This record gives sequence, structure tokens and C-alpha cells, in this order.
Amino acid sequence: MSSSTLSRQASQPGTTQSRNANAGLSLRSKRDALSGWTFSAPFLVFFLVFLVWPIIYGFYMSLTGKSLTGANDSLIGFANYSEAFADAGMWRSLGNTLYFTVISTVPLVLVALLMAALLNMNLPAQWLFRLSYFAPFLLASTVVSLFFTWMYNPQLGLINDFLAKIGLPKVAWLNDPNVAMWAIVIATLWWTVGFNFLLYLAAMQNIPAQHYEAASLDGAGGWRQFFSITLPQLTPTTVMIVLLQILASLKIFDQIYQMTAGGPGGSTRPVVQYIFETGFTGYRLGYSAAISYIFFGLIVVVSVMQFVITRRRSA
Amino acid sequence: MATTTLTRPAQHTGTTQDLRKPRRKLTVGRVAAIVVAAFIAVLWLIPFAWATVTAFKTETDASASKISWIPPSGFTVEAFAKVFQDGNIPLWTWNSLYTSAAITIITLVISALVAYALSRIDFKGKKLLMTVIIASIIIPPPVLIIPLFYQMLALKMIDTSWAIILPQVIHPAMVFVLKKFFDQIPRELEEAAVMDGASRLRIFMTIILPLSRPILAAVAIFTFIGAWNNFLWPFISTNDDSLLTLPVGLQTIKSAYGVQYAQNMASALLAALPLIVVFLFFQRQIIKGISTTGLAGT
Repeated sequence: MSSSTLSRQASQPGTTQSRNANAGLSLRSKRDALSGWTFSAPFLVFFLVFLVWPIIYGFYMSLTGKSLTGANDSLIGFANYSEAFADAGMWRSLGNTLYFTVISTVPLVLVALLMAALLNMNLPAQWLFRLSYFAPFLLASTVVSLFFTWMYNPQLGLINDFLAKIGLPKVAWLNDPNVAMWAIVIATLWWTVGFNFLLYLAAMQNIPAQHYEAASLDGAGGWRQFFSITLPQLTPTTVMIVLLQILASLKIFDQIYQMTAGGPGGSTRPVVQYIFETGFTGYRLGYSAAISYIFFGLIVVVSVMQFVITRRRSA
Repeated sequence: MATTTLTRPAQHTGTTQDLRKPRRKLTVGRVAAIVVAAFIAVLWLIPFAWATVTAFKTETDASASKISWIPPSGFTVEAFAKVFQDGNIPLWTWNSLYTSAAITIITLVISALVAYALSRIDFKGKKLLMTVIIASIIIPPPVLIIPLFYQMLALKMIDTSWAIILPQVIHPAMVFVLKKFFDQIPRELEEAAVMDGASRLRIFMTIILPLSRPILAAVAIFTFIGAWNNFLWPFISTNDDSLLTLPVGLQTIKSAYGVQYAQNMASALLAALPLIVVFLFFQRQIIKGISTTGLAGT
């Protein structure tokens, strides 16, 4: 922004003085051009080599029959894409990914909101609550998976033991195709909700206290204040959290791969796992790259939709 | 400490009296809130507690069909000793540590440099560069695993630490966050240095960087947490046992140990420990980092 101000001043025609200034600035701007690109160069090198190039090369790969065993490198056009569109396995994994995204985003936003609303009330032992809600976020997916595989254990697990104690039937958490995805959602909720919770808490504490003072003078109670002041003020935060959450959930792989390996019967296998398996277990790199691009397309569509919605809201 | 940091802004905006009042009053609503908050906290701590109890059990007690919080044969560090004896946990921890540190350092250096150029220097193509970097935020890393793997194969980097490190140093979101912070530093601070003929690099090192410590710390911590916990890319780019990072290594012993529940939990806890320690040291920066920048561990 400041850059445009500077150049606008420089381009103003007029007295000799300003022409002199122009000459000085153009010398300066030459030096600036050099230093600008010099400062950007290290990042740019990595950016081009490890991000831009893989994107271009990946697209090229998706148009070939390339395989890990080194066979067919030749271009085959969009054959991989038409095969993928007819591939029930890909559609199923995309469906699983979308299903996970839908059913995980709702609790990951609502529970975070509840946690933040509670801690925004200046409760005693705040730090303890905050630490326990947030600490799981620091764990590696492998650790989370170990914890939950152990607790979900059908015979020895803590959760089934609890269910039995309160007279409920045992559940085959990770082995029942109808339950497995929900089991993953619960583990994911426990693992990552703390991040959204901190975003919400920070946003709540930025709401000016005068709003609440005025409301309580008008006789509005706690619930009323929450729904008429807190929630509306949080709208931008909510939009951001939902956006980040959807994009994060679409990328789901780690905890599913480690807890169910995509089973039982492919009922939890997400699209990232399908990409991984067709590429590294099935050795079909070209085909795998094509599925990556279909998935990428999906993410771009979601991002653009989110962008449009946010723009309309703020306009 | 962190408690006060987070609540302080709220107290500044209103009169202290009004905010203090509800703290003393124990209304039904507040009691209910404490109960609900405590209930969630207990739920959230149970996995840690259960893992810890299991890790200190004998294997026999751990796999007993009767659940016990206090094991019949008492607590023991047997599982931890076993993990240390035949596991590679110290090696994997070291691998995670130096790859994450390298990723963090490179990320910080290259991101801060480009962010400074985007914030302060006028040069042709800057707008385009900025647009491309922002647009690249939406690229999901899993989309790149196939071409990246092939690229690493071609560069002969597979089964070296470089394969783990290099692709993880590009964080467009971090560049953006740093740029926004640099934008807020008043330009007047640099003017005196410019008069003295100081170079851009000198200005950057002696004026901008020292003023940017909080944001640099936040970016460093989040890059480190992200790198430390990353699974998919290190999992794909290394097969060499001696190079595995902690998350990938744990995945391999999980299957090797089979039903050794106490050992599984002991290794999980050992793997969790370093970051918990990091958090206890840096909790203020972590919480502030999340609240001011909304950084995700990308």
C-alpha cells in the first residue's frame, strides 16, 4: 500500500525540483528493484523448486502413464482423468473425505465456541482449563492415534468399560463400518478443538466491555447478552474458523491411516490415502497425480466459494 | 502468567469495577459454568491420565480384562525401560529435533527476508509476487506428495534428511503474517539510518528484526510444532530406519509391539513429552501467537 503512495508522488510532473527528485527516485528505485529481488530470492528459490515446480510437474505426470517401476513415461492425454472419474474407489474416498469434513466441522466449531464462552466468564482455575483444552493440539497424530486406539479397544478399552458400567452395549468402535468414522471424529475433536477454542477466546476478549455494560443497564441477562452481543461480534471469527476447519478436514489422512488404515472395508479411507496408495502401493504415479489434481480442484472450489461468501458478508 | 495476558485487554477496555463484580458473585449461572468447564476439562485429561496409568503398569495388568486405575501388581517403570532398551526413541527424538530446528531456521530466514521486501521495498513485480504467494496458501500439501517424491528421487535426496527438510520450509501464510507485522513498524525509525547511508540489509538486521521479536517467536514456534508433528511427508520421504522422525518411528513400532499396551503408551508419552515441555516454557508466546495471528500449524 505504501508502495503505491511513493510511486504516485514520484510520477507527479511539475517543477524542476520535482524532476530532480524524480531522477533521484529513479536511481533509488533501480537500487530498490535490485534489493527487492535480492531479499526475495532465497524464498523464491525454495518456492519455485519445492512448490511451483511440483505443481507443474505433477500436472504433467497426471497426463502420463508414469509408474514407480519406471515403465510408461509417454503422454496419454487425459486418460487418467477419465479413468478416475469412472473409478468407484476414488469417488468413495472423496465421499468419505466430504463426510468426515461435514460431520467434524460442526462439533469442532461448536465445542470450541462453548469452551471459549465458558472461559470468557473469568472462572477460577482458568489456566488449568485452558491448558487441558489446548494441550492435545501439541501431540503428534501418532500419539493421538495410540491413545485412542487403546481407549477404543473393544475388550480392554476404557470407553467400552464405561459403557458397560452404565448399562450400555459395547461398541466395536474402529471395526464397525457405521461407527468408525465417528470414532475418528471424536479423536480429532479431542486433538484439535483447542486451536479453534483459543481463536474464539481471543476474539471474545477483544469485544469492548462497554457493549456488555450498556446491555446489562438495559436489563439483558447473560444468555441474552451472549446471543445479541457476543455471537454477532464473533461473526468474522466464526467465518475464519469454519474456513480453516473445512480446509484442514479435507486434508484428513494421518489419524485415519494410523487408527483404521482406511478400514473397515474402506469405510473410512480418505482421498489422501487413496492418492498415497495408488502412487506408492499401486505404483501408478501418473494416475495418482491425476487424483491429486481432482482433489486440488475440489479444494479450489471450496476456497473460492468461501471467499465469495466472506466478501458478500463484509460488503 | 498467560492467564493475565489474555484477560488483561478486556479489563483495560472497561472499568475494572464492573469486571471484578461478577468474579465475586457466585450466581447459579457461574456455578453451572464452572461445573461444565470442569467436566470438559476432565474429559480432555482422561486420555493423558489413562495413557500414563497404562504406561506404568506391567504388561499383564495392562492387558487384564478388568479395567484398573490402580493396578493390582503396583506401578512400575518396566515399560519405559523396555522402550529405551530395544526402541529407537532417543534416535528418533534427535532426528525430529534437528530436522524441525533446520526447518524452523530456514523458514524464518527466508520468510522474514521476503516479507521485508514485500513490506518496505518498492520494486517491479512486487504486486505479482505478493498475489502469487497469497494464492499459494490454498495449496494442500498432500496434493504435492507424488511429484515431490519423484523430484526427490531425481535429486537423489530420498533417504537423506534433506528430503524431509527442504520441502517443508515454504510457508506462504507465515510470509503474509510477517509482512503484516513489518507494515506496522513506523517508517520514521528507518529514516535516520537511511540518512547515514545504511544498507537495506543493515536496516533489516539492526532495526526491523529486533522490533519484530514477538512475531518471529510466534512464527518459529508454530513452524517448529508443525514440523515436529508432521507425519505424511517424512513418512513418504524416508525409509531408512536411522532417519525416521518420532511420529513416523512410532508408527513402525506400533505394529512391531503388537499387543504390548504398556510399551505403546510409554513410547507415546515419551514422544509427547518434548512438545509439552516446549509449551510450558513458551505458553505465553504460543497463546499470543494464535490469538494475534491465527496461525495454523501448516
